[in-house]
Amino acid sequence: MKERNFRLNLALIVLIALSVWWAKDRLNPYILRVLNTAAIYIVAAVSYNLVNGVTGQFSLGPNAFMALGGFTVALLMLPLPQKEMVYFLQPLIWPFNSFSLPQWLFGLSLILAGLVATAGAFIVGVPCLRLRGDYLAIATFGFGEIVIVLANNAISITNGALGIKGIPEYSTLPWTVGCAVITVLFIRNLVNSSYGRAMKAIREDEVAAEAMGINLFRHKMLAFAVSAFFAGVSGGLLATLITTVSPSLFMFTMTFNLLIIIVLGGLGSITGSTVTAIIFAVLQELLREVEAPRTIGPIHIPGITGMRMIVFSIMLILLMLFYRRGLFGKGEASWDGLFALPGRVREFFERLRRKEVKSWTRTGIESHDQ
Amino acid sequence: MDKDRNRVARSIDTAVLRDSQDEILKIEHVTMKFGGLIAVNDFSLSMKRGELVGLIGPNGAGKTTVFNVITGQYTPSDGRVLFDGDDITGLPPDIIVTRGIARTFQNVRLFNGLTVLDNVLVSYHSRIRSSFLEAVFRTKRHLEEEKAMRQNGIDLLRQVGLEHLANEEAGNLPYGQQRRLEIARALATSPKLLLLDEPAAGMNPEETRQLMKFIQDIRDKYALTILLIEHDMHVVMGICERIRVLDYGISIAEGSPVEIQHNQRVIQAYLGEEERAYA
Ligand SMILES: Nc1ncnc2c1ncn2[C@@H]1O[C@H](COP(=O)(O)OP(=O)(O)OP(=O)(O)O)[C@@H](O)[C@H]1O
Ligand SMILES: [Mg+2]
Repeated sequence: MKERNFRLNLALIVLIALSVWWAKDRLNPYILRVLNTAAIYIVAAVSYNLVNGVTGQFSLGPNAFMALGGFTVALLMLPLPQKEMVYFLQPLIWPFNSFSLPQWLFGLSLILAGLVATAGAFIVGVPCLRLRGDYLAIATFGFGEIVIVLANNAISITNGALGIKGIPEYSTLPWTVGCAVITVLFIRNLVNSSYGRAMKAIREDEVAAEAMGINLFRHKMLAFAVSAFFAGVSGGLLATLITTVSPSLFMFTMTFNLLIIIVLGGLGSITGSTVTAIIFAVLQELLREVEAPRTIGPIHIPGITGMRMIVFSIMLILLMLFYRRGLFGKGEASWDGLFALPGRVREFFERLRRKEVKSWTRTGIESHDQ
Repeated sequence: MDKDRNRVARSIDTAVLRDSQDEILKIEHVTMKFGGLIAVNDFSLSMKRGELVGLIGPNGAGKTTVFNVITGQYTPSDGRVLFDGDDITGLPPDIIVTRGIARTFQNVRLFNGLTVLDNVLVSYHSRIRSSFLEAVFRTKRHLEEEKAMRQNGIDLLRQVGLEHLANEEAGNLPYGQQRRLEIARALATSPKLLLLDEPAAGMNPEETRQLMKFIQDIRDKYALTILLIEHDMHVVMGICERIRVLDYGISIAEGSPVEIQHNQRVIQAYLGEEERAYA
């Protein structure tokens, strides 16, 4: 059973690798952009879920950590001539004005982006994760605002509100999907280990967890730091996908989007976050329609920016009203669950015929990883 | 009943024998204030290794507060707690449990969303040697540790009779078994001293009878010292060797079950009409 699941996982990864290799030069840029965005959302959402879903701590900080990562990569990878052009208000400070990493060190820049974000996580986490109660939400929200204000004003580092343009487009499909796969595997292994169990215990009951020997601060900090690392990586990937970074890119809206993704997917479910991250990225493109100006008969409706967010918010509210646990609940989609699906569907129709089914939600897609 | 009385008599005998041995727990003049309220007032208690002591008293007498002081949930306003000769006053709960004091809660506090087995495995985590990176990269050492943990967890569940429920969600268990699981989870921390806060609360007579047997079993099997808070007098009188009575934070009596049953102060302060009939 275990052996089979391992082989299936391996096969899945090989399949993803082959598709990426095939797709990267063949699909049109528009679709590639959507796929890249989806992969970056996976990195950000799955790592965010480690704090909010698995450990049960309410962080509002991923936009700040993505900003730290995004600016780090921009500063490291922006070519020197471009640096001279971009920073015309104030010159870029040393040492960033004296070097620029070559493309083959892009991976290193992503790791550094993660580490800078992790450092940020320690700055917020060390004082406020020691306290009991929900200080984290306020502290992380405040940290996000501070990072944005700093980014707007530290002109000789971030170029202020103008942002940094002309970052090389290094975030190709192999990079984004590769990072997504690594993130999912890393966090899955962590969550399924004894450390993950300790985190879930904290989510379920802090007092009991501590009474059973779990050091609350250390494990909350672990979740928070790992999460920030991958948020930083996703920020770096985003910077080299859209080739510009500016403070406005990393405003609170980013966190709000990720919050929608992890809640829709089911707090605590890695597969849930992965699936909804993809759905979200695709919907975000498709729903551009609703923001476009249009003419229906004699009526002309001007484009309404922000309409998409309203649609997402309504989806979130509806989901919370009718399917509170999200698409996958706390469970994970698993091979066992998948193979059991035909049987469960058959059983469902069987019961339907005998008019025994009362609630559709009983046979959700979720199943347990056991 | 006769059998119970015999057992009590025998336990008292062994308790006398153990008198020469060292104390495992010594609480010295502990006072716990919440603002103006003195929940526990100048409380002292010492327990010998292997003893089973009952802590009783009316609602709000301060019994749970004593537990919270021992396990580090509260730092006492005054006094100190010695365990195995060490001063543990003011240490955090996660450290105290690794020293060998485990507890259950008055209102069952399981990890409801986790399986029965995972509830028990959480208790092993503080002893893990491999780092989180070893967990992520699934090193040999980590996998072996996880395997050993799982095996111990299953063994423990078998011993407490919950093995068949290992993969159930803890929150879905019937109440009596939730209580049992909570004790199992405490046992998984390998305690020397076990604190049970009203383990029989909400149980029917049959469940209560099983519980009494269960407590005596684990006490022998794991060589435990047990401090027990309980309102159910059948349980307290049936299994405790020594009983301490609290009222408004003050110790008003201590003695064997028989002594406590006939103590006038206790009867006045605590035992209502129906209990007097029982006594
Ligand atoms: N954290 C706290 N803050 C303020 N007051 C508290 C706190 N904990 C306990 N108390 C008070 O201390 C007193 C003793 O409470 P405690 O829970 O120890 O009683 P108890 O003997 O366990 O009662 P019961 O039999 O009802 O469980 C009560 O008056 C209670 O309200
Ligand atoms: Mg109590």
